[in-house]
Amino acid sequence: MASETKKKTTKRTTKRASTAAKKNGVHEQSEFGVAEDLKVSFNTYQAGAYTHTELGISEERVLAMYENMLLQRRFEERAAQMYGKQKIAGFLHLYIGQEAISTGTAEAMRIGEDSVITAYRDHGIGLALGMDTNACMAELFGKIGGCSRGKGGSMHYFDAKLKMMGGHGIVGAHIPVGTGIAFANKYKGEDTVSISFFGDGAIHQGAFHEAANLASLYDLPAIFVVENNQYAMGTAVERAAAEPDLYKQALSYDMTSSLVNGMDVFSVNKAMQDHIAMARENKPSLIEIRTYRYRGHSMSDPGNYRTKEEMDAKKDEDPILRLKSYILENKLADIGALDTIDDNVKAEVMESVEFAENSPFPDLDTIYEDIYTQKDYPFLT
Amino acid sequence: MAELQLREAIRAAMVEEMQRDENIFLMGEEVAEYNGAYKVSEGMLDMFGPKRVIDTPIAENGFVGLGIGAAMNGLRPIIEFMTFNFSMVAMDQIINNVAKIRYMSGGQFKFPIVLRGPNGAAGQLAATHNTSFESIFSTIPGLKIVSISNPDDAKGLLKSAIRDDDPVLFMESEKMYGMKGEVSDDPDYLIPIGKARVAREGKDVTIIGHNKSYWVAMKAAEMLVSEGFDPEVIDPRTIRPLDLETIIASVKKTNRCVIVDESNPYASVASEIGFLIQREAFDYLDAPVLRVNAKDTPAPYAKNLIEFYMPSAEDTYKACRQVLYAN
Repeated sequence: MASETKKKTTKRTTKRASTAAKKNGVHEQSEFGVAEDLKVSFNTYQAGAYTHTELGISEERVLAMYENMLLQRRFEERAAQMYGKQKIAGFLHLYIGQEAISTGTAEAMRIGEDSVITAYRDHGIGLALGMDTNACMAELFGKIGGCSRGKGGSMHYFDAKLKMMGGHGIVGAHIPVGTGIAFANKYKGEDTVSISFFGDGAIHQGAFHEAANLASLYDLPAIFVVENNQYAMGTAVERAAAEPDLYKQALSYDMTSSLVNGMDVFSVNKAMQDHIAMARENKPSLIEIRTYRYRGHSMSDPGNYRTKEEMDAKKDEDPILRLKSYILENKLADIGALDTIDDNVKAEVMESVEFAENSPFPDLDTIYEDIYTQKDYPFLT
Repeated sequence: MAELQLREAIRAAMVEEMQRDENIFLMGEEVAEYNGAYKVSEGMLDMFGPKRVIDTPIAENGFVGLGIGAAMNGLRPIIEFMTFNFSMVAMDQIINNVAKIRYMSGGQFKFPIVLRGPNGAAGQLAATHNTSFESIFSTIPGLKIVSISNPDDAKGLLKSAIRDDDPVLFMESEKMYGMKGEVSDDPDYLIPIGKARVAREGKDVTIIGHNKSYWVAMKAAEMLVSEGFDPEVIDPRTIRPLDLETIIASVKKTNRCVIVDESNPYASVASEIGFLIQREAFDYLDAPVLRVNAKDTPAPYAKNLIEFYMPSAEDTYKACRQVLYAN
């Protein structure tokens, strides 16, 4: 059964209550419309609380989700190796450990109609939405066959057809853009939604707060998803957040919020199903997903800010291993079939490396392309 | 043709374009119920309703980002800044997002968005409300910068900006909103972005000025004419892309040039135009290119100081006499 629990069901008693109370000449708080028993209302989605059948996911789709998560994992493991070989340069932020979020979300979306926008840790959601593996790897290699023609690199994956709206490098700056995408969805009379992912570091940017206020003020079909992987680069949440329960930020913007275990793909999927349904009725919301990034912030991060014990404990929660156990326990496939999936995924990733190797570097002339739509723009030289 | 105030010409452009294309909307602080801080959008809420004329909270970073996302997803937003001074709060959205996402996506998205409002000094408002930002924005590839000096250009260029598929920063002036002029009523009156206007033909010296500085240039030209000189005055109208061809042709004819520019002098619009002239027309110059900018200071409050701060017709006239070796 769907077991999200209303932790505190007390509704906020008033938004702009105007009942004035005056006792002995002293104003009670309520005169100002302040809720005296202000409590936060939110939903929780715990690990292990949902089965695929409850969520309406077929056995075939469960295996496809497993394959998808594994593709993200193997793709990034190979990318890290290629980084070591200096085939890939710049920043490379790995999503390893967070794959349940991307796959659980994609499974709940109408891909190609609903849109996703995210920050620079974007390989996972790109692949989850179905971006071409070859084009994704070639982009890391800076080749013309890349998804952004070699102009974006790791942090800037885009796919207009899949409504994958990036891939953005400035922390928090894409959140208002995601809100504008939602604005256009509603303006055009569609019932499509816009999902904005960002990290626990980004929630402190003014951009998030302005965007959340606008989304709620205009009743936009927007979902704000904070992927709380516990660390903004090397700064633990507790060292950056006056209120480390990030889901509570929704209170300020009169939005529903949920707290989700991000290591269980089904918990994520259930939360996304519920929040997408809300968004289709123009009710914006916030989801905090607690997750863990197994690798450093980027390739240059030695990770001195966390202990080996913490890392080891978290690895027992690996979302891919969790789904694998679920599949085997529920006899949706045997280990041989899962190994075959892994082999296929590895082959797909190796093929993408080969594609990237063979794709040419962009012609120098392309530096002036894709800036303006105007074909004859007179660039200064 | 009809005689309109500059604010009415801007409004006419927006109204006509919004009637033509329902994907266009206007958003900004006080644009709807208040009828516009400078009454540019007066009556538009009644005409188009709250779906298309939208008041915002004071959150430039948020609502500019919203406009960018809306453009990315098929709409054609017009975002009004109460003044471009407040666009600084949205600088990240303008410089890192709207100018660059198309490039970083390999051309997958376009951004047909207009960011418009008054730019530059408007009197005794002190330093935070008196800056000219065109030189700062124009250094960024991916943007187009239009800065207008009269009602007819305002209408023709704003209509072009709204129809343009690239992001356009459209710069007006509080000081000129009440200025009247003949304006075309052709519903397809489009002045191309990137074309300068030769406002006065002459042969002795080229004076270049845009926005309010155009009027400074014209006043200096009058002073020169009264002394028997024959100056040419050019209004670039677009800062990026710059109509270099028209400027160079003029300088090759007059062999002398003075640029009036309300930007602070360091790395200003005048700096760039001056550099381009020396590179493209070095052998034609009979005198160094001079410029008349705002002072290299923040804008002051005191009446005498702000008057001293602004580029003046007197200084422009003197600079022209200097390049004419008439002193």
